[in-house]
Amino acid sequence: MAYSDKVVDHYNNPRNVGSLDKKDPNVGTGLVGAPECGDVMKLQMKVNPDTRVIEEAKFKTFGCGSAIASSSLATEWVKGKTVEEALAIKNTDIVRELSLPPVKIHCSVLAEDAIKAALGDWKKKQGDAEAKPAESATSAH
Amino acid sequence: MAIKLPVYFDNHATTQVDPRVVDAMLPYFTDKFGNAASRNHEFGWKAEEAVENGRGQIAKLINATPKEIVFTSGATESTNLAIKGVAEMYREKGNHIITQVTEHKATLDTCKRLEKYGYEVTYLPVEKDGRISLDDLRRAITPKTILISIMYANNEIGVLQPIAEIGKIAKEKGVFFHVDAVQAVGKIPVDVQRDGIDLMSISGHKIYGPKGVGALYVRRKNPRVQLAAIIDGGGHERGMRSGTLNVPGIVGLGKACELCQNEMAAESEKMSRLRDRLKESIMSRLDETYINGSTTHRLPNNINISFAYVEGESLLMGINDVAVSSGSACTSATLEPSYVLKALGVGEDLAHTSIRFGLGRFNTQEEVDYVADRVVETVSRLRELSPLYEMAKEGVDISKMKWVAASDSH
Repeated sequence: MAYSDKVVDHYNNPRNVGSLDKKDPNVGTGLVGAPECGDVMKLQMKVNPDTRVIEEAKFKTFGCGSAIASSSLATEWVKGKTVEEALAIKNTDIVRELSLPPVKIHCSVLAEDAIKAALGDWKKKQGDAEAKPAESATSAH
Repeated sequence: MAIKLPVYFDNHATTQVDPRVVDAMLPYFTDKFGNAASRNHEFGWKAEEAVENGRGQIAKLINATPKEIVFTSGATESTNLAIKGVAEMYREKGNHIITQVTEHKATLDTCKRLEKYGYEVTYLPVEKDGRISLDDLRRAITPKTILISIMYANNEIGVLQPIAEIGKIAKEKGVFFHVDAVQAVGKIPVDVQRDGIDLMSISGHKIYGPKGVGALYVRRKNPRVQLAAIIDGGGHERGMRSGTLNVPGIVGLGKACELCQNEMAAESEKMSRLRDRLKESIMSRLDETYINGSTTHRLPNNINISFAYVEGESLLMGINDVAVSSGSACTSATLEPSYVLKALGVGEDLAHTSIRFGLGRFNTQEEVDYVADRVVETVSRLRELSPLYEMAKEGVDISKMKWVAASDSH
């Protein structure tokens, strides 16, 4: 199995390894994959609720070198992007950037799913947050 | 002491050819290059002499007679010949074969093909330690059973089957007994008489001999086993395997067997010691590590360890100056985790985290210490990256978690 230099680089120097506070209302957490499949990715993003810009991203991955590289790359790419821009990231972009062979394409798909899952979680939290001010607004009247 | 990198700890996959074996082989490429079947001149006679010498060396190692050794291109061919050869020859007697689930693909795929031709095959399960149950075997035998095929030692987990006991049962019931002894020959004492073996596959490149040559032991007495050839053309090897003999390969295989014969006792003791040292050094420094397969009935040079929460291929990448292999799906061409580990009941998540270490003649204590350090260092680093390790440390019961398949998260 020949790894591309970029995959090796991400593996040896993974970017943004770690965790954010799950309970922070501005943090979205995505956990995708399954241990039985040999691939589990946890991606977390801290989003500025006003600008909708992703200010911080952290990842942890159980998986092969390509899976680790895909998720590490994902955290690099989403930082500084808006939620909408991050949701537009396609797994094929990851495949191209890391020169993933066909047998490893599923790792990039999982990374794309992790991004969507994390932002989906964030949106859900925002949805709950938006509901509360509306309630208090009505109750204040 | 500077060790040579990369370090080779994958001796179940193949072995370096012993320099003494290379020396023995060389003249048969250039000087004594005759075809062993050329009966009429000195080139042929010299080649034939070398072949018969090789036969004797192999027979001696396994307590057989030279006439009972058939040369092949390797153990895969030997196994094909043994199983298909018996199946075809004894079709009138029966059509049932018994084997087990952790056999090498050479056995399993051959059996699958025979099933297509109308043979019935029973694949015995193994217990958690990787061994079959003798009761299961007894119960599986029917009047139509013509062959039992069970490996001596497993290539992934090094586990030893109860061969002598199986041989007794086979003899009792009048069923031929084939043993894939590829990983056992030369490492532990294998005796076809003591163990009641009727057919046995041997591989050159697993015992410090060359690739491309192997042998099949075929019993001639008590009982006499006949085989239908699977390769036709010339009738070599008493009609059992046609084709010009690979003289240099056979010389190499013979020499490799002779070296094993002379050095086995001391070498297996050294292997055990190094293997135990490796195991201790790794497992004493890491938590949540598990040995796959029996720890008592095992080859002296093998250890197969699962490192929970760390995927196998990423571990191999981290110890990229060490050659070992993994039961992880990511390392297989088909993306399926090891069927051997699955048969032991090892959960798929742990199968993905397994590493097989196979020590060999040329490995040293310094190498063992180096590898242990690299493994511990890499596992620790990857556990920092692992969301599963994080969850386990937080007290989350991962086995109870409901995992969202990737497509569900949209």
